[in-house]
Amino acid sequence: MSGAPRPTGTRPEGVGPSGLGAHGVGAALGARLRDGDLSAAPAVLNLLESTTAQDRREAAALLRAWRADGQSVAMLAVDPSSRRSGGSLLGDRARIEFDPTDREIFIRSTSAGERLGGLAWATRAAAHALAAAFDVVVIETVGVGQAETEVADVADTVAVVVQPGSGDVLQFYKAGIMEIPDVLVVTKADLGTIAMRTRRDVGAALRSLGSTSTSVVAVSSLSPAQGIEELIAALREHGAGADRAERRLRARRANALADYAHEHGERGLRALGGRLAAEQLLQSQDPQLDTAALVAALQRSAGER
Amino acid sequence: MMRTYAGHSTAKASNELYRRNLAKGQTGLSVAFDLPTQTGYDPDDELARGEVGKVGVPISHRGDMSALMDGIPLDEMNTSMTINATAAWLLALYIVAAEEQGVAQQALQGTTQNDIIKEFLARGTYAFPPAASMRLIADMIAYTVEHVPKWNPINICSYHLQEAGATPVQEIAYAMSNAIAVLDAARERVEAAHESDNGTRGAEAQELMEQVFGRISFFVNAGIRFIEEHAKLRAMSVLWEELGRERYGVQDPRRLRFRYGVQVNSLGLTEAQPENNVQRIVLEALAVTLGRDTRARAIQLPAWNEALGLPRPWDQQWSLRIQQVLAYETDILEYPDIFEGSIVMDGLVGELLHGARAEMAVVAEHGGAVEAVAYMKGALVDSHRERLRRIEAGEQVVVGQNRYTESEVSPLTADAEGGILVVDPAIEAQQIEHLRSWRSQRDQPAVDAALAELAEAAAAKGGEQNLMVATIAAARAGATTGEWSRTLRDVFGSYRAPTGVGEAAAAPPDADLSELREEVMRLQEKLGRRPKILVGKPGLDGHSNGAEQIAVRARDAGMDVVYEGIRLTPAQIAASALQEGVHVIGLSILSGSHRELIPAVIDALREAGVEAPVVVGGIIPEQDVAALREAGVAAVYTPKDFDITRIMRDIVELVGAEAPVPVAGSVASVNGSA
Repeated sequence: MSGAPRPTGTRPEGVGPSGLGAHGVGAALGARLRDGDLSAAPAVLNLLESTTAQDRREAAALLRAWRADGQSVAMLAVDPSSRRSGGSLLGDRARIEFDPTDREIFIRSTSAGERLGGLAWATRAAAHALAAAFDVVVIETVGVGQAETEVADVADTVAVVVQPGSGDVLQFYKAGIMEIPDVLVVTKADLGTIAMRTRRDVGAALRSLGSTSTSVVAVSSLSPAQGIEELIAALREHGAGADRAERRLRARRANALADYAHEHGERGLRALGGRLAAEQLLQSQDPQLDTAALVAALQRSAGER
Repeated sequence: MMRTYAGHSTAKASNELYRRNLAKGQTGLSVAFDLPTQTGYDPDDELARGEVGKVGVPISHRGDMSALMDGIPLDEMNTSMTINATAAWLLALYIVAAEEQGVAQQALQGTTQNDIIKEFLARGTYAFPPAASMRLIADMIAYTVEHVPKWNPINICSYHLQEAGATPVQEIAYAMSNAIAVLDAARERVEAAHESDNGTRGAEAQELMEQVFGRISFFVNAGIRFIEEHAKLRAMSVLWEELGRERYGVQDPRRLRFRYGVQVNSLGLTEAQPENNVQRIVLEALAVTLGRDTRARAIQLPAWNEALGLPRPWDQQWSLRIQQVLAYETDILEYPDIFEGSIVMDGLVGELLHGARAEMAVVAEHGGAVEAVAYMKGALVDSHRERLRRIEAGEQVVVGQNRYTESEVSPLTADAEGGILVVDPAIEAQQIEHLRSWRSQRDQPAVDAALAELAEAAAAKGGEQNLMVATIAAARAGATTGEWSRTLRDVFGSYRAPTGVGEAAAAPPDADLSELREEVMRLQEKLGRRPKILVGKPGLDGHSNGAEQIAVRARDAGMDVVYEGIRLTPAQIAASALQEGVHVIGLSILSGSHRELIPAVIDALREAGVEAPVVVGGIIPEQDVAALREAGVAAVYTPKDFDITRIMRDIVELVGAEAPVPVAGSVASVNGSA
């Protein structure tokens, strides 16, 4: 525990990765990040909300439940930018009610800007930073596109939220645009049969794609909320079952390659002998290296050639 | 019926005002409640800070209601209460105050506004989630039809939709869709009650439903394009009759009549050359009085200085006199319907009907008004933006604002307070004191028991227990507004309405905006990331149109916008500003509580270590600007600053001036540094 100011929080001394609240992010966190110490990082969850940009109730309900359980939570809410102006409305922070004096909650909205390596890079960097300070990190993305699937690579667990009656998500699976999620959330369970039917359809679609491990949970965030406990249990179960180290290693390598390609383009890849060679090069690196170090390794190798 | 919308400071002061207005020839009461009362908070609640007694009278318990109605015979009075989320509670207090006067509830006449959907869409003073709110409304309808038969339990308000930017077509369509949602909820209740008696939906249920239909009245708006506005009202009466006959099987022509009260448009009233508002108000009043077949039942006119601040009694007297001149000096009341047989009027009505039916179908497709709140909100934000764009571009003339702006010095606003009412800030402390002594003197176990029963009734399924019964018992026991609301919030959960901002489409390109975007791009280079602005409304004021338009325009200009919505405490704003890492904070406030709230927000920000500049927009009297600047506000904008693009340019400049040395760096160097 460092000498960073102890924020007013509810977490008892010594519990949690660092004891740092949102605003004590300072020396201790910096040191942990420099050491590449992400091993203790908690669950990084990508909550991908399919089509309902204006509806963050599930995220809000999850957040409340985690807080009630004494866990600190950071949420990165990623919104699509306006294509025309580049501006964005990160509107729905307003929909998530929380105690402003609670330093164990941190919510930051980000837009899919084009600068600094794009959405994936910025989100990953932020998620990693937050993971050192919070028990749970949620990356909440809206819409289904390339940027969102890149973000999914950051997470240990990918949950997709589906609204009953919207066939979109199924279409996206079938088109192969979206990866198969670890947990699938069907909202508006209060609608009863419609929600149940959607749940069944989604389950069938997942099986037809060969997935047997995806849990499907129906929730309603409307009072009286239902399903949130089951959702948390499903997330926990996936977290416990997954080989997190292996998954993160794979993600780091994929991300390093994406970052490198983003910065140096096809010419940069050719300098490494092509994409396959680059992948092999990454696999030969020390599994402990973080993404930035892997990118540096690629750059060094390209320079040597 | 002639009224002025009135109430401020305390129950006692408002009572005196009502008695004076009645003596001047006013024929009914229209009670304005303060925002804490409207949203269900006691004066000592953190959210009530700065708002107590500001835009209306604070009523915390039956003692306040009795003081408000002291010496006014409630069996003779027709009282309109502008109250929505907490309507059931205020009606209960009114019933109990009448009891104390020895007047039975059967004799009470009046209206509770009670239209919650428009609160989600436009006005922002909601307290509970949509489904729970609709249940409260259905319970009130069921209760009043039986026990307070002369009461209008709900006033479907299209008024606020126009204030939020609705076109006439939208105003008609959303009001009618809203009425359908309410009537459907009431029908369910009525049928359930009668089904449990004899297993069929009997004639009795149908009769009750027809009574309910006959008790629904509307509260509409009338804008400056008063011919079209008149056509709008004719179209509404056609649709209403159609709805009654076809959807609810109503036969009785008296019950099918479209009954409405009106307050004419406030949105179009200007801060610049405010005296021009008098002629605007007169013309708008014509829209609702000219044709006898669709004449308003009750009219209240805004005061000429509403865009400046709170009107004084003299300003309200002026508005009452306008009505009296129309009614008693002119000949408009002497003729039958003067538009009968008019080809032009019939054509206009037909057009509006066509558009409204199409829009109603869209709402129905969304699953009805409750489900379509987000859709409607987005559509209103879009319409309002289009209206502002036309004014900014000079396509829509607003005399004194975007044309003929030169003016002599006005003697009307020359007094020390700028021609408005200033509520004594000491009132809040007094109210809190009164409330505490009320709490200490009542029978606490009785209050606790009544609230426990209320909670139990709320937890029961809708239709099983009518919440009005438990609400009246709690009022009688001496519970407070905040206690009643908290009890229900605990059961129903709290709620934040959609902002509509996310749904608003991107702006069409125009030269001004392109130029601004370039400036934003330059600023982005300088900052190393996109400029980020936080927009929010501190306090309880729910009129979010201004904030929404700023948010949308900032997005269109290329900024990242964190739109915080309404009802924020200083602590919430500070926490968001800190977590979001914004470059500038825009606050909007229209309730007149800026003198208390804005410095409190700035203190909270600075305490949290946020140094970003703060700009404020809203109804800010000229004489308060210096004090706000002294408190640390970088810029103040009022309704006369109608050019939002120019405001944006100011903000970009402000952020640029405060920005630190440019940040160098690229992906590679950032990546490589770890």
